[in-house]
Amino acid sequence: MTLAAPSVHLSGAAMLEGRPLFGQLDLTMAAQSWTCLLGSSGVGKTTILRLIAGLDTAAIFDGQITASDNTPLRGRIAYMAQTDLLLPWASVLDNVCLGAHLRGQTADKDKAEAIIARVGLTAHKQKKPATLSGGQRQRAALARTLMEDRPIVLLDEPFSALDTRTRSEMQELAAEMLDGRTILLVTHDPGEAARLGHVIYIMSSQGLETADSLSPPLPRSFADKDVLVLQSTLLTQLRSAG
Amino acid sequence: MRSAIYTAAALAAVIIVWQMIVSLTGLPSYILPAPMRVLDTLWGSRALIAEHAVVTLIEVLVGLVIGAGLGVITAIQLAMSASARLFLRPILVFSQALPVFALAPILTLWLGYGLGSKIAMAVLIIFFPVTSAFFDGLMKTPRGYLDLAQTMGANTRHIMLKIRIPAALPSLASGLKLAAVYAPIGATIGEWVGSSQGLGYLMLLANGRVKTDLMFAAMLTLGVMSVTLYALISVVLDRLINYEHPS
Repeated sequence: MTLAAPSVHLSGAAMLEGRPLFGQLDLTMAAQSWTCLLGSSGVGKTTILRLIAGLDTAAIFDGQITASDNTPLRGRIAYMAQTDLLLPWASVLDNVCLGAHLRGQTADKDKAEAIIARVGLTAHKQKKPATLSGGQRQRAALARTLMEDRPIVLLDEPFSALDTRTRSEMQELAAEMLDGRTILLVTHDPGEAARLGHVIYIMSSQGLETADSLSPPLPRSFADKDVLVLQSTLLTQLRSAG
Repeated sequence: MRSAIYTAAALAAVIIVWQMIVSLTGLPSYILPAPMRVLDTLWGSRALIAEHAVVTLIEVLVGLVIGAGLGVITAIQLAMSASARLFLRPILVFSQALPVFALAPILTLWLGYGLGSKIAMAVLIIFFPVTSAFFDGLMKTPRGYLDLAQTMGANTRHIMLKIRIPAALPSLASGLKLAAVYAPIGATIGEWVGSSQGLGYLMLLANGRVKTDLMFAAMLTLGVMSVTLYALISVVLDRLINYEHPS
């Protein structure tokens, strides 16, 4: 990574169609850590992620988003969505190099191939996304995110569409590959938050609540008793949060 | 293979029904010639029909290239500029409200009896379907791609070139397939209004001389030409653009 990863702080409230989407809240993405934002559908998790990413939202946000190094976030964020967003007409290699192509730059093919090798897709680098499995496609999307080499990474339920086994493998791969970056993971899955979160927030219509989390290292084993207990606790909190 | 069998069966059914109508009604051949008579005329007049078919084919191909090119450029302009949409859309819609038949005499007056007016007719008739299909595709770029591009720091030109245009190519392909069917119609209408060459002219000439079998042979040739053009364009486009419009 070429840039140090700062912490990110969001403070404010949002209105959607004249009604509060969420009230005043403060969310801190700790520097070089995984922050998990857990909550039910429709409470505004993705809106928070999109606000930090600088993307359009239907909500009107009144507040501020700052980085600990007082430098604008623009150009320092990589984004990974629920769907892999691979271009169907481009090979895996070209998809990984997409950022450079979109900026009118020459892509560093050696770097791209090295990243593709790290995510285990060397044999598939010339293939089109349609020929890959769901897990392979998310690996390619992760490689594209790594190629951007940004200090802040926003993950919007990136593993939710995968089967259980592939999801757990992708969680481990992402934890290894994105180490040292400031991460926000939006998720519905208490188990995922328990495995990956340095800091875990539970978001509900009442606001944001900091939940318990376990000590590093990441990722925690899915068979770890403490992880299973935390998963159960998070689910209980999630259900009672409304 | 299955579709080929069904196509052949449908063609055979049309020919059988056609022959039955001729046999059962006893219609004179200058009203409705029998299928075999049309095939005989097609073979006997093959040199004459081919000479006129080549002219029509040139009009259609040149019209397709120019019309598709103009359609693509216009769709990109419309997609990139809200002002262009406000300015050009009413003109485009109004131009489609005018019947092509009404424009044909004017084009012949302006461009003469040669190829120019027929090519212009073909261009006019295919321009709107190509523009409309490609523009729709360009405006339906999945939101996720645009979000991703924005976080990557892409500029508008590169988003258009690297994402929006490739994503819209399946829609453009649909427009071009329609154009392959429409272009011969435009060229033929042009030939009917004022020409001394082409299958449309030959059909009019044959009709005037009550050579209904020759008229049918020319019409059959035009149909085969259109279907072949559609099939060729479909095969090439399906091979080049082997993905669906992403949604």
